[in-house]
Formats: sequence, C-alpha cells, structure tokens
Amino acid sequence: MSDIVVAPVPPVHTHRVRSESPMVRACLIGIALAFLGVFLILPLTVVFLEAFANGWQAYIENILETDALAAIRLTLLVAIIAVPLNVIFGVAAAWAVAKFEFRGKNLLISLIDLPFSVSPVISGLVYVLLFGAQGYFGPWLKSHGVEIIFALSGIVLATLFVTFPFVARELIPHMQTLGNNDEEAALTLGASGWQTFVKITLPNVKWSLLYGVLLCNARAMGEFGAVAVVSGKIRGLTTTMPLHIEILFNEYMSAAAFAVASLLALLALVTLAVKTWLEWRFADEIAARSGH
Amino acid sequence: MSVSVTLENVAKQYGAFAAVRGVSLAIQPGELIALLGPSGSGKTTLLRMMAGLEAIDGGNILFDGIDTSRLSLRDRRIGFVFQNYALFRHMSVADNIAFGLKVRPRKERPSASEISRRVSGLLELVQLGGLEKRFPSQISGGQRQRVALARALAIEPRVLLLDEPFGALDAKVRKDLRQWLRDLHRRTGHTTVFVTHDQEEALELADRVAILNKGLLEQVAGPDTVYDYPATAFVCDFLGETNRIPVEIAGGRAHFENIPVYQGLPSNSHGKAELFVRPQHLKLVEPGGSPFSGAVELIRRHGSIRRAEVAIKGLPKRLDIDIVSQIGPAIGESVGVRITHAQAFPAG
Repeated sequence: MSDIVVAPVPPVHTHRVRSESPMVRACLIGIALAFLGVFLILPLTVVFLEAFANGWQAYIENILETDALAAIRLTLLVAIIAVPLNVIFGVAAAWAVAKFEFRGKNLLISLIDLPFSVSPVISGLVYVLLFGAQGYFGPWLKSHGVEIIFALSGIVLATLFVTFPFVARELIPHMQTLGNNDEEAALTLGASGWQTFVKITLPNVKWSLLYGVLLCNARAMGEFGAVAVVSGKIRGLTTTMPLHIEILFNEYMSAAAFAVASLLALLALVTLAVKTWLEWRFADEIAARSGH
Repeated sequence: MSVSVTLENVAKQYGAFAAVRGVSLAIQPGELIALLGPSGSGKTTLLRMMAGLEAIDGGNILFDGIDTSRLSLRDRRIGFVFQNYALFRHMSVADNIAFGLKVRPRKERPSASEISRRVSGLLELVQLGGLEKRFPSQISGGQRQRVALARALAIEPRVLLLDEPFGALDAKVRKDLRQWLRDLHRRTGHTTVFVTHDQEEALELADRVAILNKGLLEQVAGPDTVYDYPATAFVCDFLGETNRIPVEIAGGRAHFENIPVYQGLPSNSHGKAELFVRPQHLKLVEPGGSPFSGAVELIRRHGSIRRAEVAIKGLPKRLDIDIVSQIGPAIGESVGVRITHAQAFPAG
C-alpha cells in the first residue's frame, strides 16, 4: 500500500460521485415530499381537523356516545383475545421453523404468509361459508347453541386469520440467525425445555417479538374487510371501530366518524413511534451481537 | 468424578451421507483426548453424540460402562463448550456461570449464597475475578472462552467436551489458552475430549490423539506415536508436512529409480510404495555423500528455520528440506540428500 500516494481529492470529484445536478436532486426530494404530503400527512391532518370540526366538546361527546363506546370496547376485546392467541401461534410456528428440520417446512412458511396474499373479504367469506347458517358446520353449531357468524367468536376468528403472519414473520428470521446453540447450551447445563424457552429463547427474541405484537395489534384493531363480512354489522353489538366509522360516515355524521377515526389514527401513530423506537433499540442490540 | 467414556461402533447418518461410520474408542477417566480431522471428517458429530445433542444411529456410548442412550441431557452431566461459546448474551458473566446451578430442581439446587460462592470460586479458577458483572459483549474472545468453560465446569460435569475450543481466537491468545487449559486439566482432572482441525494444537495438548477421516478412525495414540509412526498415509500427511517419494521396496530397503535411498523399513516389506519423509528428516550432504542427489532451486524462511527446495531428477515435485546448520547451500548448488527417518505406505 505504501507505494500508492493518496492525492488530496479535488472538489470536482464529489460532484462526479453524486452525478445528479442540484436541480434533479431538488426535484426528486420535492416529489417524495409532495407524495408523502398528499397521501399521508394531508389525510391524517384531515382526520384530526374533521374530528375537531365542532370543537372539543362535540369530539368528547362523539367518542362517549353509547354505540361508539361499544365499538371501542369490542375492538379492544377482540384485540385482547386475538393478539395473545397469535403470539402463541406465532411463537410456536417460528420455533418449529427455526429450530427443527422437517418435511413440508417450506410449505408451512408459505402457508404462514397466506393471509397476506388473500383478500381479507375472502377470508371473511370463508368463515361465513363454514360456520354461517347455511354453511357446512352452521346447522350443527346452531343445534349445539354455538354462534360464530354475526357474533364475537366470528370476529375473533376473522381477526386471528388476518393477523396470523405478523408475529411469526418477525420471529422466524431472527430465530434462524440465532441458531440453536444457546438452547443446546442451556439443555446441556441441565435446564428443562420450558426453562430453556423462558430463560433463553424468549429473552433472545424479545425485541422482535414485541415488534411483531405491535404490528399484530395494530392490524387486529384496524381490520375492516374480514370483520365486516362475518360481523353482520349489528350496531352496538358486532361493530368494531372501523365498522362503526364506516356506518357513521355513511349516515353523513362525519364529525362523529372522524372522532372515532382519530382514535385509530392515534393508535397508528403510537404504533409507529414505538416501532421506530424498537428498531433503534433493536439495531443497537444487533450491533452488540455482531461483536461476538 | 471423572468417568471413562467408551464408544462402541458408533455411527451417524445424515440422509445419504454417512458422517460417522462405526467408530470405537475407549477413553480413560481423567484423560485429555483430541479428536483431530479435516472438516467433514465427523469429529464434531462424534462429540455432539457423546454430549447427547445428536441421536446415535448405530452403536453405543457408555459412561463408566453404563449406556447413555436413555439418559436425558440433564442426567448425562456433560460440560459442553461450544465453538462460538453460546454464552447467554442477556446474562452477566456471573449469571451465565450460575445458570446450570439455578435451573436445578429445588431439592437439588444449592442455596443462593452457595451458588455465589461457587461462582466466585470458578471465576478465580478461570482467572476472571472481577468480571462477574460484565456482559458477554463486554469481554474479549479469550475471556468469553473461559467464561464458557467455567459455566460448563459449574455443573460438576462427568465429562468435559470442547468443540474447537480455540477456533475463534487469534494466534497469540490461542497459544496462551492452550497452556492454560492443559494446567486446568491437570488440576481438575476431568475426562476431556476436544475437537480440533489444528494438528499442532492436538499434538501439544492431548494425552492421546484420535485422527478421523471421512467418518472413520484412522489412528489413536500418543502425540509422539502418531507423529513419528503414523498408521496410515492420511495420518502422516495430515499431521505435518511430508515429501512423497515413489519407491520400490525390497528387503526393507527403498529404492528410487534404482538408487537406494532409505533402509530403515521393516525387513518384511517389499513392492511398490510411497515413501513419506518429513522435511526435518531430510539432511543435506556433500554431493558425493549420497547417491540420492539434486540441485537447490529455492530457499525460503519457514518460521524459525530455513527450508531448501531441492529438485531431484525423475521426481515431479521438489523436496522440502529443513536447513539445520547456520551455513546453508547456495541456490543452484548440487547437493546430496540423506533420509534419516521415513514411513512407507502402499502407493496410491
């Protein structure tokens, strides 16, 4: 290397490296910003502006209205049931995929992604076809007093289906890069399978797990299509927040619709903030790990 | 505490690939043994089978004469040190070492004060006192290695198994740790098996070296024996540099192109063979001093010694010869070559 003399880089070089002219650069940045503004920031602002169109008082009233409260309660209930279940499913699936070799593994991975590629409306319709009054299992279920379609269980099922991939998708690549050595070490040291899982596996993936849970939760609360099909939109009974918003909007009660919508928007913003924070936190951990 | 480990015809198959093909080996209590071989020779698979991390497809592994196949990992009480150490990154050094004690069922678990006493004792043993609160990412590679060892020793293992214990360390640290491990073994006396692909490491550390090739055991013996009297051509080649000379053997004498080159072979050997000679077993003499002669083509530095490459007529590859004396030959000079020690193996 010693025979290579490093000449001071003339300023011309920097221009050559970044070959676009300042005009082009300004244009590109402008387009990106305009796009963001029109498609993201503007709608978000409109949501909040409309929500507060009739003032604070009206906003609070709109949210505390009986049906709105029922919708909020139902949404939270669905999320409280669906998210933990999908955490269990997701962790189990990720564990199976990352830690074991078995036949049909690739098929399993593709199946986990299925809800991403299927339109939510179709997944809703499938449940109607299976459990609806005229469906395959409908009559049998009805004779045993189980109601799925137009009831909480149907909404939970549809939500479960739609949000299934989130946790597994986050965990699989992370668990795969971690490998099995830590678990094997714990087992040789005498830990039981459960101790290994709780003390080694979970702490190792906690950030990606939390990240997956956040995304799963955001989707569970915001799901419209699948839930719309199975819920029957019985106002105050089977309407979740997105459904309730649509009903209000269709009835020209835009201030009320946007008031409830602002809550969902707020959820999205909080999710985004926590996600960003996690990513920043997570990157740190990855950097610490690569030092190994 | 240490037990004997007996492998009886142990085999392992991965699909169509036979990783280990019937290995039998008796390891004495307290012995330090190296499993040496190139990558893909089955040495790590063998080690993992001893640990119970890999199922055995054939044969038996016995600890003190007792079949281990039905024992759980916990009951085997194996101290296993992974190649990348597999330290628990979210736990401090002390917590890592204490892990094996803390996860015991309540009845067998030592008290908290007993655990912390044992942990500090182990930290002293591996010379890491004062680092207990650090996390694995905050200590050096050599320190991690020692933490992994302390963690494995904490459960008072019956057998200590180490997978490429020095593989991830730089040369200087590796040398220090080798010596340190030897001392530690002398003090603690655990039956210890370690896997390595580095012949120097195996020869320096182990009481006995087991050399594996393609899932088969080639030779098991002390370092001097395997080095000076390799049982197979593979062992000879793998353990150090060798010059190969095609020869015709008759009555214990080896002839290269009708020139007698070596006569120390067993008198009952005869026929076509290949003579394996290490560079230090070749001596440069006056051109008239030996019928086996050639010309020096190159002289290189090889660590602490210098090495001459001598071209012999009729031999496709130049011979590597260590130069012992201070005054070496000049390039182009004609020299005689005398073989002081050699092994013959069937040509192939």
